[in-house]
Amino acid sequence: MKKLESTLLNMVLVLTGVAVLMGFVLAYMNHFTAAPIALQKNEALQEGIKTVMASDKIVVTSIDTLHLHDAKGKDQVFIIYHNKKGAAIESTTLGFGGPLKVLIGFDTEGTILGYTILEHQETPGLGAKADQWFQQGQNGCIIGLNPADSLYVKKDGGQVDAITASTITSRAFLLAVNNAYKAYNGLNN
Amino acid sequence: MSYIQIIKNGIIKDNPTFVLMLGMCPTLATTTSALNGLSMGLATMTVLLCTNVVISCIKNITPDKVRIPVFIVIIAAFVTLLQMVIKAYLPDIDKALGLFIPLIVVNCIILGRAEAFAAKNTPLASLIDGVGIGLGFTLGLTLLGIVREILGSGSIFGWTFIPEDYNILLFVLAPGAFITLGYLIAIVNKLKK
Repeated sequence: MKKLESTLLNMVLVLTGVAVLMGFVLAYMNHFTAAPIALQKNEALQEGIKTVMASDKIVVTSIDTLHLHDAKGKDQVFIIYHNKKGAAIESTTLGFGGPLKVLIGFDTEGTILGYTILEHQETPGLGAKADQWFQQGQNGCIIGLNPADSLYVKKDGGQVDAITASTITSRAFLLAVNNAYKAYNGLNN
Repeated sequence: MSYIQIIKNGIIKDNPTFVLMLGMCPTLATTTSALNGLSMGLATMTVLLCTNVVISCIKNITPDKVRIPVFIVIIAAFVTLLQMVIKAYLPDIDKALGLFIPLIVVNCIILGRAEAFAAKNTPLASLIDGVGIGLGFTLGLTLLGIVREILGSGSIFGWTFIPEDYNILLFVLAPGAFITLGYLIAIVNKLKK
């Protein structure tokens, strides 16, 4: 078969044809994958809530979405999953590589029960260690602390050990925890 | 050129990582561990196989002056497909590679092979070329990942054998990627002589 000439009509037809065809293929596949993707996200969240509330039988009784402004006037969004042990709070701050989304569990007193990192773009091997570093029995353990007095890394005069060579990630993480506490407290009062 | 020769070319003579030096961005960024390098290599290979075959099939109905946009549309569509499938069924890989999957669209290996091979050869030969280049890329990335993981995290495919105190942090970070790549290219050049 001879190669198609580069006339205007041919070019427009082929390019449009390819774009439309690929659009159809994508839409068709999206139809199949949309449900599993939503399911995966929801499963990760449900797992996360169980982990951070340190309990296997957690039923979320109500969900609040709270919009606050930080010191610079930027919009902050908190999603609060209430349950009978307290609440799991989704809080986002800016980490080293991009947004750092953390889910933190508080009991009704505001004591930290657990946490998990939902989304991050921190450096693998450094800031990405945040998902382990602040857990029970690790160097920077924050479980059982109450952020009524905001948590800070030792470098800033606080009581929490920062991740080695990842002070920025550690600061961002603790800020997320502090913000979540404030959001939870603000809602209770 | 026999099909075995095409595969051999992709892995050794035209190895995308060590010889052609294509696709350096994902090469340097995703090889922090052996598993990440391997997954990235396989993801790129999957896209390369699909695009090579499709582009080779439509090479005669694509006018020369719009071939690059047509190729890019096809590549972008396959990458998006792959991303949706990974998100839906392989959430762990999605967590590790996340951002770098959509970036396969602009990986010059894929467009490079479309332009240099698929647009001139039969669909079957293009498929074989995709296998060769894909394996070469996967091999390069895995090798880089293995070296960086051993030196930087003291482990291999997640199995730790060197205590954390002896890890060299530099190799997990970007400079370590450049240093490792430089030495590996030197070794490959020496071996090829």
